[in-house]
Amino acid sequence: MKENEKERFMPGHGACAGCGAAIAMRAIGRAAGKNSILTIATGCMEVVSTAYPLTAWKLPIIHSAFENAAATASGIAAALKHQKKKTNVIAIAGDGGVFDIGLQALSGALERGHKFLFICYDNEAYANTGVQRSGATPLGAVTTTTPAGKHDSIEFKKNMPFIVASHAGTYVATANIAFIDDFENKIKKALQSGKPSYIQVFTPCTIGWHINNNDTIRLSKLAYQTNIYPLFEIENGIIKLMENTSKIPIENYLNMQGRFKNLGKKEISEIQKDVDKNYELLKSLNGKKIFLN
Amino acid sequence: MKNKKEFAAIITEAGNSIKNKTGSWRTMKPIVLKNKCTACGICAKFCPDGAIIIKNKKMSVDYEHCKGCAICSVECPSHSIIMKEEKK
Repeated sequence: MKENEKERFMPGHGACAGCGAAIAMRAIGRAAGKNSILTIATGCMEVVSTAYPLTAWKLPIIHSAFENAAATASGIAAALKHQKKKTNVIAIAGDGGVFDIGLQALSGALERGHKFLFICYDNEAYANTGVQRSGATPLGAVTTTTPAGKHDSIEFKKNMPFIVASHAGTYVATANIAFIDDFENKIKKALQSGKPSYIQVFTPCTIGWHINNNDTIRLSKLAYQTNIYPLFEIENGIIKLMENTSKIPIENYLNMQGRFKNLGKKEISEIQKDVDKNYELLKSLNGKKIFLN
Repeated sequence: MKNKKEFAAIITEAGNSIKNKTGSWRTMKPIVLKNKCTACGICAKFCPDGAIIIKNKKMSVDYEHCKGCAICSVECPSHSIIMKEEKK
């Protein structure tokens, strides 16, 4: 059972079949090691993993309210600093708990420079409460609060990694569950760096995005190949882009998902233009110092 | 506070969700073709439920917890996992 000793997110949790975020949680458990304390904000992964009196975690975990995962983590980090203990502190929250509700607590904790890692599993909606639009929902996506027609999501996705990287002395990375070893390495790197860190991981939601249960990883791979979710790291203000040479049109990614069914050819070509512009910008910045800290 | 448990909702047993047998959710069952499987472990990493066990270079499925999402079947590079309808 050598392989299974590393597992710290155990079977029996209540996530949907084919859940992307559950794959990310397992990777976090493996990469963090047993010398870790977790705090999870309200959201899918808090609800499915710790339904009283059962817990899927083999690590100590504190349940935070929706907005204050970062505040709880900074409290844990401060207490450990006082006790002179070297324990990893990891806060986990969904995109709703980071992009919208938890933003000010996260900003405060990063600004104070607490040694902790904040992981955002980005499923691009409030999936736990029935798929409402969040700050992470991309342009054109259908959610229950942005139904198809003239009301579908007309807002762009918030550029959260750059907002976090604007804080001095942070390590920021984006990850994808299709590249699970890369994600684990980024977690280890963030924990070893001793800086306030932020990792945003792309995790498809089968129910919210109207995809087949078995398409989770295939879709994640396409998100990287079509450049809609570029992978990069920002360390010491320098951005490093994981370059992508496969030029797959965005149509392949959008057509797999029911939430983009309402889009016509015109809208798809507009999204393609936006994605290309964004990727070209990132490519021109690659290797350069973009933040002075 | 005589008892720690009265103070707050504290779960003292780590990883006890394993008691929750989520295998009953399954409609499609993964079957491993043992002659094709190389036990590379890709399915084990991508399983959302940790229901794939690789022990002594042999792969097996934990049917008590497998929810039947079929990610393993799609991602298997040697196509050695097939999905069959669950029968009771």
